Amino acid sequence: MESTFVMTIPVRFAAHFRFLALLFAAVILAFAGQSAVAQDESLVPEAGTVGEIEPAASAEVADSDAVAPGADTDGYEYYGPEMIKGQPTSFEDDAGASMTFQDQYSQNGEYAQWMHDSILMPIITIICLFVLGLLLWVVAKYRRREGVEPSRTTHNTLIEVVWTVVPVIILVAIAIPSITLLARQYETPPADAITIKATGYQWYWGYTYPDNGGFEIISNMLSEEEALTRGLPGQLAVDNRMVVPVGVPLRIQTTGADVIHSFAVPSLWFKLDAVPGRLNERLLTIDEPGIYYGQCSELCGARHAYMPIAIEAVPMARYRQWIAAQGGTFGDEEEAAPEAAPLQQPESALPDAPGAGEPATVDTAPDGAAALDTQ
Amino acid sequence: MATTAEGFDAHTDDHTHHGADHKPSFFARWFMSTNHKDIGTMYLIFAIVAGIIGGAISGIMRAELAAPGIQYLGWWVNFMGGEASFDANLHMWNVFITAHGLIMVFFMVMPAMIGGFGNWFVPLMIGAPDMAFPRMNNISFWLTVVGFISLLFSLFVPGGTGLGAGTGWTVYAPLSTSGSVGPAVDFAIFSLHLAGAGSILGATNFITTIFNMRAPGMTLHKMPLFVWSMLVTAFLLLLALPVLAAAITMLITDRNFGTTFFDAAGGGDPVLYQHLFWFFGHPEVYIMILPGFGMVSQIVATFSRKPVFGYLGMAYAMVAIGVVGFIVWAHHMYTVGLDVNTKMYFTAATMVIAVPTGVKIFSWIATMWGGSLEFKSPMVWALGFIFLFTVGGVTGVVLANGGIDDNLHDTYYVVAHFHYVLSMGAVFSLFAGFYYWFPKMSGRWHSEFLSHVHFWMFFIGVNVIFFPMHFLGMQGMPRRYPDYTVAYTYWNEIASYGYLIMAGSMLVFFVNIGYALVAGRRAESNTWGPGATTLEWTLSSPPPYHQFETLPVIEEHHDYHDHMSTPAKV
Ligand SMILES: [Cu+2]
Repeated sequence: MESTFVMTIPVRFAAHFRFLALLFAAVILAFAGQSAVAQDESLVPEAGTVGEIEPAASAEVADSDAVAPGADTDGYEYYGPEMIKGQPTSFEDDAGASMTFQDQYSQNGEYAQWMHDSILMPIITIICLFVLGLLLWVVAKYRRREGVEPSRTTHNTLIEVVWTVVPVIILVAIAIPSITLLARQYETPPADAITIKATGYQWYWGYTYPDNGGFEIISNMLSEEEALTRGLPGQLAVDNRMVVPVGVPLRIQTTGADVIHSFAVPSLWFKLDAVPGRLNERLLTIDEPGIYYGQCSELCGARHAYMPIAIEAVPMARYRQWIAAQGGTFGDEEEAAPEAAPLQQPESALPDAPGAGEPATVDTAPDGAAALDTQ
Repeated sequence: MATTAEGFDAHTDDHTHHGADHKPSFFARWFMSTNHKDIGTMYLIFAIVAGIIGGAISGIMRAELAAPGIQYLGWWVNFMGGEASFDANLHMWNVFITAHGLIMVFFMVMPAMIGGFGNWFVPLMIGAPDMAFPRMNNISFWLTVVGFISLLFSLFVPGGTGLGAGTGWTVYAPLSTSGSVGPAVDFAIFSLHLAGAGSILGATNFITTIFNMRAPGMTLHKMPLFVWSMLVTAFLLLLALPVLAAAITMLITDRNFGTTFFDAAGGGDPVLYQHLFWFFGHPEVYIMILPGFGMVSQIVATFSRKPVFGYLGMAYAMVAIGVVGFIVWAHHMYTVGLDVNTKMYFTAATMVIAVPTGVKIFSWIATMWGGSLEFKSPMVWALGFIFLFTVGGVTGVVLANGGIDDNLHDTYYVVAHFHYVLSMGAVFSLFAGFYYWFPKMSGRWHSEFLSHVHFWMFFIGVNVIFFPMHFLGMQGMPRRYPDYTVAYTYWNEIASYGYLIMAGSMLVFFVNIGYALVAGRRAESNTWGPGATTLEWTLSSPPPYHQFETLPVIEEHHDYHDHMSTPAKV
């Protein structure tokens, strides 16, 4: 895996140069009128410009992607690259896998993928081939020939009824599993589900744990070099992952602090917009321990492409360990606060709340926002 | 149609004899035009210019996406008069995607289909001397031009993290309000106001013309299907555009006058904007494709030498698509946090559209069935349209499922889907219509050979660009990203090579037009033979400056069902 990441960039970059030079010739023609505006020194940044984002430099304590042995904090050790399960596959690694969905690690995801692969794909493939076959047939059979008069048929009630009714039947066949899938996705989380709130900021994510003391983890993208040194995928790896327990229902809430973002993890079949002034909520249960990557999926401004999502799903015991390491608490430990987990934690749901974008506790959240702003 | 061609030729001669072909001076003719054919020509030229700019922007984007990392955006920032920086470069990307979308939708496809072919051929096909409101027609065109200038102007003024509006063509609040300081977004919005006002005026003009100026005997059920498609499109424009106008006016006041329609802090709701936008936006996609349906119907019938199969079904399928198109808008918003029942409703309603669309596809094939097919340039583009629109249509059925869309929403799968229905659907029908009517409009023949070269290069090019995007989307690559993780490299690289093929085909297209205008063979009245039965083929090529001063009469016994029974003589 490392070799892919390290090798491909320069090779591909060079290979593209001719193509791009050609393209520019065409494009510049179209824009010739504006050439007066052009500056003489064409400032072409190098391929690795991403590195300019210096992510949260102070991520010593909660730096979850640090795989060095010293990363063990208060008994919690973050998963290394070998635990990555949800990420895109390159064509070179597995051509087939690069052309379909990522493997699914939630039951709803598996159901949805089954519905796509076993119902939708066969149906749409057959329809396309059927239409293509009919077209090729008429093209071959009814091409103009001398002395052959075209037919005058303009109606055939039977066939018109058939091509109206058969699609209806097909659509009903699709609608049944489709409605089932929606019903499953919208199941109400049980009362004891663990609530985690993802807040979209320009341009990073904050993860609040209202059931465990209400602290907020700030998650910034790692620079390309940093990610590669750690053996993690560039543009997906983050400094602080959203750590969640595996196999138990999670109540994922999303909101936006400034503009609309979208919390999306393809390998969990999960996407929920983070809208300012709204609190969206959806049930999520992750099947296996592992790391699952996603990316912001609603245009949110300049660095829209640079606010990835990384979920680390761990067994409950490890989760408790991690919570403890963040200075968080558990409801069952502190009887004093039985309802310690209100559905909404107004602290950072409000865009102007002082907590937004700032570390909730000294040692959990590195100063990501400030680090970005000083760039 | 039913009446003999000699009758119309006689009228045409009358016109010339009585000086009806006298044209005004250059300025009066092209700047104060009230002639539907001249205005149509201007719309077509305008759409081609806008299409070159919008297409060049897609080239810039495919170049940037050919490899991971940010390669050229900084160069473009400087080129456009800004100052390259990390955020300014990324902002430039957002400006490109916004400009590409707005230009292609509002200044290429719509002006070409409705302003261009609609203006040219609705009056000709219904036997009318001109549009009902010729001066309003002129205003519609110039509003569109000024709107385009406003959009181009927005590229050079501050828009937040850099120059230009970087909101996406959807202009979602609050990114477009509090998220974009500076006048760029105001100019972009104003551009939509102007283009929208032009389109509303155009729509009223088409509705009035079609309802009131049909030749004697041409009932609604005898109208050519292209006229039907324009009628439905005009109603969609008239009902949908005011909603967009309201929504973007609210954006303007949110931005500049302290209202909070879309700001939660003031009691507003960003999702309200999305409902308003897509209440317009979904009918808009049918606005862009219905005239294409109409053109393909004319062309398939012409080159099969056979009347359209199931004429009434075809006409009312378009009406059905138009009506249902107004009640499916929230399928663009499956991930905003809709209620489960809402999502189930929109899933079901959206899939219903597949039924009238299927009727159209099968009726086109049935029209060809048993026909005498001739593969002239318009026909090959129409055949390409039917197949590629089917491919784009079936991925639409996949996306219609709210639960499936949870994974595909805002990924490249969606980009692939809507480019299959627009960049292949709408654009293939545009080229089909262009080659179909170019000899009629210009009086000159294009090269059939170059048209076929154009077709095959374009067909291969766009498929190489857009088919791999399905894979990228299923693998999770979000849209509107200038940069991506290396795993997405391969298919992005392929797509970028496809752009080169497509761009090469466009060179062939322009060479072909240039050749035709300079050295093209003179076109006869009926360029396509006995299959071409609508009224425009009874006129000279190009038609006289004013036509049908004496209205043609459509015979009583005649209807579209067997309009071949008395083929027009040529
Ligand atoms: Cu975002």
